[in-house]
Amino acid sequence: MTRSEGRPRRLARTRAQLAFLSTGVLLHGAAFLLWVWFSLSHAGAVVPVVFAAAGAMSVTWLQRRRFAAYAGTGIPRTPPVAGDSELQRARQRLRTAAYWRQLGYHQLAGPVLGLVEAVVLVLWAGSVCGITFYAWYWVFPQEWAFTQWANVDGWLLAVAGLAVLPFLPRLTGALVRLESVIARRLLGPSRAEELERRVEDLAERRAETLAAADAERRRIERDLHDGAQQRLVSLAVGLGLAKATLTDLPPEARAVIDEAHREAKEALEELNHLVRGLHPHVLDDRGLDAALSGIAARAPLPVQVSVDVPERAAPAVEAVAYFVVSEALANVTKHARATRAAVEAVRTGDTLRVRVTDDGRGGADPSGGTGLTGLAQRVASVDGTLALDSPPGGPTVVTVELPCTLPSAL
Amino acid sequence: MHAAKRAVIAEDSLLLRIGVVKVLETAGFEVVAESGDAEGLLRAVAEHRPDIAVVDVRMPPGFTDEGVRAALVIRQQWPDTAVLLLSQYVEERYAAELLAANTSGVGYLLKQRVADVEEFIEALRRVASGGTALDPQVVAQLLVRRPSDPLERLTEREREVLSLMAEGRSNAGIAAQLVVSESAVAKHINSILAKLDLPRAEGDHRRVLAVLRFLGVGGAA
Repeated sequence: MTRSEGRPRRLARTRAQLAFLSTGVLLHGAAFLLWVWFSLSHAGAVVPVVFAAAGAMSVTWLQRRRFAAYAGTGIPRTPPVAGDSELQRARQRLRTAAYWRQLGYHQLAGPVLGLVEAVVLVLWAGSVCGITFYAWYWVFPQEWAFTQWANVDGWLLAVAGLAVLPFLPRLTGALVRLESVIARRLLGPSRAEELERRVEDLAERRAETLAAADAERRRIERDLHDGAQQRLVSLAVGLGLAKATLTDLPPEARAVIDEAHREAKEALEELNHLVRGLHPHVLDDRGLDAALSGIAARAPLPVQVSVDVPERAAPAVEAVAYFVVSEALANVTKHARATRAAVEAVRTGDTLRVRVTDDGRGGADPSGGTGLTGLAQRVASVDGTLALDSPPGGPTVVTVELPCTLPSAL
Repeated sequence: MHAAKRAVIAEDSLLLRIGVVKVLETAGFEVVAESGDAEGLLRAVAEHRPDIAVVDVRMPPGFTDEGVRAALVIRQQWPDTAVLLLSQYVEERYAAELLAANTSGVGYLLKQRVADVEEFIEALRRVASGGTALDPQVVAQLLVRRPSDPLERLTEREREVLSLMAEGRSNAGIAAQLVVSESAVAKHINSILAKLDLPRAEGDHRRVLAVLRFLGVGGAA
């Protein structure tokens, strides 16, 4: 309502307000009459119940469109009900709080609001008629008492119209806001329903993000496999061939080739290690059990692996479990001063429990290293839990429990 | 003077294929066919009946385990053709599948082993003449699957010898690797077989088989 608003915008707003008011009067009136008619004619029968539910839904739908179009108010949808047939769904709907809130809006708030809207609409009409009074009062026959009065005091009407008009947009605006609040409360989902929906939304989005990150890791793995890794292998092979066949070179040249050969193999080893950490192919192919022997065998201390996972978990969960073991063993190697470690993975029902134990010096601090924090974050991303038991002097036990299915991957 | 052993190769990376072909030729193999995928490989094996097929595990169209599956087909349909699988990563699971049916004339090595040309050539010859060549990393993976108690009875050196035996090496090969005499190797081997209750098998291959069985893989000889 700032003064700087341009005339076209004010005009458009007025038009929307008038449309809001008139459609409101019509809709509220129609809904009320429909209800009266139903209650009088079909009370208690089954078919009218379906009709009433369908009717309430249709009117709610219309109201939602009306608020969106003329008030700029989005009314969120209420959660859908389950059911095979229309009749089942209708019965189901009758049991939801949302339905009764909507019915309350149409039958109790509606008539009152409709009446208020009608009054404001009349004020608009009256004000405009008053201002333009002299333009049309001549259509009335001269002998009417009204015309006689208007000939003398008609200017009072114009003045009254002019006095009221500036306040009408504000009055209507306030009414629109009030109605929007009421409609959102009664037609839209309740706070709990909205939260539930948000939780579902977020879970879905999180699953998407997880899947996207997973796909990205796979893509990088594939790119490196097809590109850099093959090139490095053939470089190493070329140098190996040179070393094996160019036997009559001077010793200095042979030393250079030797050095290059070793460097190439080491670079390859490092790259392989990195790429396998991203996403091992065997994990997709043969599952967690098969993938775990790879990391266990690469650890520089003896690791024993035992896996009892008869049914595979969701790919994202398997990837997290793999990452957990990989990180935990890396931590053991770096910090624990252990002589041996054990990896155990067991699926019980819908829970995958992964446990990494070492016989090291213990005293691992979850807040200290970034390794454990990263681990906890990755575990939390699939709703898993991580427990660390590491008394000073050891042993250290990392236990991770993961749900085998992701909520939205169902 | 017998005819050169004949080889086919399946590897989708052209660059690497050229390298492996050179190594094969250096080793005195005649490369009779090259292919970029498993289907082409099977056609080539059917046509040429080579002594050995050198096969990449991950090939088009699926880029997963095409090579492993082709190897199983080859070992079953053309038992005279040995198969040496090469892979960017070796996995004990694939090795177990590969060895379940047959342990002779089978090899499974990391691609980077090709770069150690002399050792690779030795493995090639071993596999082509009916032996086994398992990558040290596969053996390490098999070891993590074993309950540790029988292995704990072995000394450090005996564990090394056991791993080298599982890789498919002969006494002479093990001796060269550990820089000890062949008789010292023989002594270690006897001690290992006794500690693990393994049969005192005659011949390299039967011994490899016993060790692989102990590690939980390997079927018929």
